[in-house]
Order: sequence, then C-alpha cells, then structure tokens
Amino acid sequence: MSDTIWTPSDVELARRAVRRRQRTVSLVIATVMTALVLGLLGLVLVLSPGWERFSETFLSWGDARASFAAIRDGIWLNIRLFLLCELAILPLALLIAIGRGTRSPWLAPLRVVAVVYTDVVRGIPTILLVVMLGFGVPALQLQGLTNDRIFWAGVALVISYSAYVAEVFRAGIDSVHPSQVASAQALGLGHVRTLRHVVVPQAVRRIVPPLLNDFVSLQKDTALVSAVGVFDAVFAARDYTNYNFNYTPYLVVAGFFVLMTVPLARLTDWLQARVVARERAGAR
Amino acid sequence: MTSLTKDPSQEVELAPLLEVRSLRKAYGDRVVLDDVSLTVAPGDVVCLIGSSGSGKSTLLRCLDLLETVDDGQILFEGDDITDPRVDAKRVRRRMGMVFQAYNLFPHLTVLENCVLAPRRAHGLRSKAARERALELLERFGLAEHAHKHPDRLSGGQQQRAAVVRALCTEPTLLMLDEITAALDPELVGEVLDIVRDLAARGTTMVMATHEMAFARDVATTVCFLEGGRILEQAPPDVMFTDPAHPRTRAFLRRVLG
Repeated sequence: MSDTIWTPSDVELARRAVRRRQRTVSLVIATVMTALVLGLLGLVLVLSPGWERFSETFLSWGDARASFAAIRDGIWLNIRLFLLCELAILPLALLIAIGRGTRSPWLAPLRVVAVVYTDVVRGIPTILLVVMLGFGVPALQLQGLTNDRIFWAGVALVISYSAYVAEVFRAGIDSVHPSQVASAQALGLGHVRTLRHVVVPQAVRRIVPPLLNDFVSLQKDTALVSAVGVFDAVFAARDYTNYNFNYTPYLVVAGFFVLMTVPLARLTDWLQARVVARERAGAR
Repeated sequence: MTSLTKDPSQEVELAPLLEVRSLRKAYGDRVVLDDVSLTVAPGDVVCLIGSSGSGKSTLLRCLDLLETVDDGQILFEGDDITDPRVDAKRVRRRMGMVFQAYNLFPHLTVLENCVLAPRRAHGLRSKAARERALELLERFGLAEHAHKHPDRLSGGQQQRAAVVRALCTEPTLLMLDEITAALDPELVGEVLDIVRDLAARGTTMVMATHEMAFARDVATTVCFLEGGRILEQAPPDVMFTDPAHPRTRAFLRRVLG
C-alpha cells in the first residue's frame, strides 16, 4: 500500500504478453480462414464450365465503361428519389403509428384508417403500386395534377414504405416501458407532449437498426420506377443490354447501389454506438 | 455434491478457497481497486463494508470475472483465474452471484430462471434440475411462486428467487452484491434470513452489504473498504467494538448513528 505511481507487476506483464499472443493467433486464424474461403469460392467460379462465356457477357470491361456514363446519370435520379421519399416517409409513418396508438373516442376513424392503411398497403407488392400510380393517375387526366410519372412512382414508394416504417415506429413506441409514460404523466405532461418528449425519442433510438433496414430496402426499390419507363440507373442498364447483348451494366448498377448503402450502414452503426456509450455508461 | 457445507467438527486449517493478491482495477485514470488482498477459507462469510464507491461491487465483479483486472491475481480453488487462458465460463460455473437489482430474467418463470443454468450450463437433466430447484424454492418459501413470472412477485420474493437461482448450480462460492439495498425495509428481513440460514449451513460467501447488524451477526471476517483499498480487516466483534483505523471508526459512527 503505497502512493507511488503504479507499475505493472511481472504477473500483469506476463498476462499482457499472453493476451497479445492470443490476439496475434486470432488475427492469423481470421486472415487464413477468410483467404481460404474466398479463394475457394473464387476457384469454384473460375473453374465452372461456363466461366469464359460468363465473363464475356457479365464482366466485360469495355461494356462497363461504355455504359458507365448513362448509369451514373440514372443513379442520380435514384438518389434524389430516395432522399425525397425518405423525407416524406418518416413523418407520415410516425403519424400513422401515433394514430394507431390514440385512445380518444373522437379519433376512432383515424385508428381505423391507420389499421386499414398498413394492412392493405403492406399486402400490395410495391411494383404494382408503382405501376398503378405511375400509369393510372396520369390516365385519369385530372385537372391540376401533374402527369409526371417520376412523381407518381415516388408517391407509390412513399405509400408503400410509410406502411412498413409505421409498423417499425409502432413496435418502438410499444417497447417503451409504461412506467416512462406514467412518470411523464405524473410530471403533468399531456398525451402529445409525453409522446413528443419522452416516448418517441426513446423509441427512435431503439428502432434505428430496423429503420435502416427499410431505408436500404427503399434505396434499392427506387429501381422499381424503371417499370413505368423512367430513365433511372436500372432502365439505363437495361437499355444498354437490349442494344448490345451484354449484361455487364447490371453489375455496374449493382456496384452503384452497394456504394449507396455502405455509407448509410456505417453512419447508423456510428450513431448507435454513440447512443450506447452515452446512455448505458458501461453498464453490463 | 455437498461442497457448500463444511463439517463444523473439523477444525483443521483448510486451504483457502479464494485468495486475492494485490488486486488492482482502474477505469482510465480512476483507480477503483488498489492493492486489495483477501483470503477466504471454505465456510467463511466475508462481509465487505464501506461507503458507496469504495470498490465493494467492483471487487465482487472482478472475482466473478465480469471485469478484467489490471494487476494482481485471484486464486480460486488453487487456480489463477486471472490468467487469460482460463475459460471464464468454467470458473463462473463454480461461483454464484446475486445482484442488487435481482436481475431475474423477466421472460421466464421463477422455476425456469432456476433451471436455466443447471440445464444449459451444467448439463443436468431436466427432471433433476426441476427437482433440485423446487426443493430449494420450497425451502425458501417460494414453492407457490415457482410458476409465476418475476414481475408478479414482491421485491423480497424476487431477491429470494435470485438467491435460489444462484444456489441451483451448487456453487462453492456465493457472492452477494448489496442484495437488500433495493428493497423496502420491511422486506429486508426475509432476504437476510435466508442468507443467515445459508451461513449456518456453512456456505462460503463474500458479500457487500450496508446491513451492519447483520454483518456483525453472520460474518467471520469484516473488511472495511475505502477509496478502493481494504483499510481494515477483522473479525466482526473486533471490527464493530474496537476498530483500529480512524477511518473505520468514522464510517461506523456515521452508519451506526
């Protein structure tokens, strides 16, 4: 028992050496296993009987370069569509989720609408919604409404995804313990303020991973707008393959979509880690 | 399987069950345990006392390998369990831990809480695990609650169930981390009674506690911790009547009023 500055004992130093060795061994095992598995998969691919034909039609560098510009222009549309739809989906979904949770008899119709909306919309394949709205609404020739197919395809995506995201929100809201509501009410907060300041903030933190799941899904489903002849990345790729009988552009599109999703996934991981560090303060 | 009890007639010096040597634990710059040494023989009941933040809980968590230590050693049944090559799971299977906040699994009934570890960690057959759990629940007056979920029980009942859950694996060392601190005063008694009962049966225990009268009653050794160090270590009659260290005296004056 002394107040001198602590220096690790020999036991501790030996322990650290063991841990270092254990880490090195794990690293070696991880590297070798990864290389082995990826190498084997690559080998299976390259040694398959149709490999030559496959690489000509799917892995042609020349075709990738030739189609790149059109696909890049197309993906820009997908990105804009995704961002705008997401902005509309989040508040709409939250409203539907909250509407479902209301208890006031006056709001009964809202509850019914919310339930029917989620049930029906989630039952319809998204591509059908896109086609129905993208071709259907312009065909109605309604005064004052745009006939822009991109717009209506976007609306279809918003309708479809807000139903999914609403259910995610509802699960999050339900997961907040009733004691939280009780203590907010005990402080004199009304229903709306309780939701706004206590329940929803906690719910949102919990549902970040499933929410991201739906975002990524939406990013990819912006490709469905190609079904109504909108010139997005997938349409551009299909256009190219139709003329050149080479499927490499599809791989290019896939690469673009992966590039779009990875930053979003990392961002969410980071956000989540920050919340854990701040709110759970090392609790185990 | 009666490792929990020691024969009272056998008064020979037993090899220590647990030996802590110069333990150190720090979180960043904050040193939580500093040069802590402690020996626990089979049948000992060691009470850790001291104000909150003195390191009692951290010491227990280190003993159960829930925290990695920064220096020093812990020898349990003769093995150095701080060695990184030691399988923490196997060590913990020989120990029992009860937490301040009960930590029962809310999705399982009391009985299911009690048979989980015997079945899934110790490989006991379902029937044997149930029989043992029911016997212990019966002994501690919880038989009628066996099929309820923990949230249906009072705090005292939940904590008793948590003690039973820890006992179901027949640990050689039982650790209790301020198990009455979250309870209403009227419920404290029922929980302490079963700990008293365990002590009388010779269960080896290390417990952090704020219940001084209880510590005086059941402890074989009382340790006073402050600032992460064991300032004084003595049998209860010495500790509570004639403590050596002025800090211990100050602390006891504060808590005993």
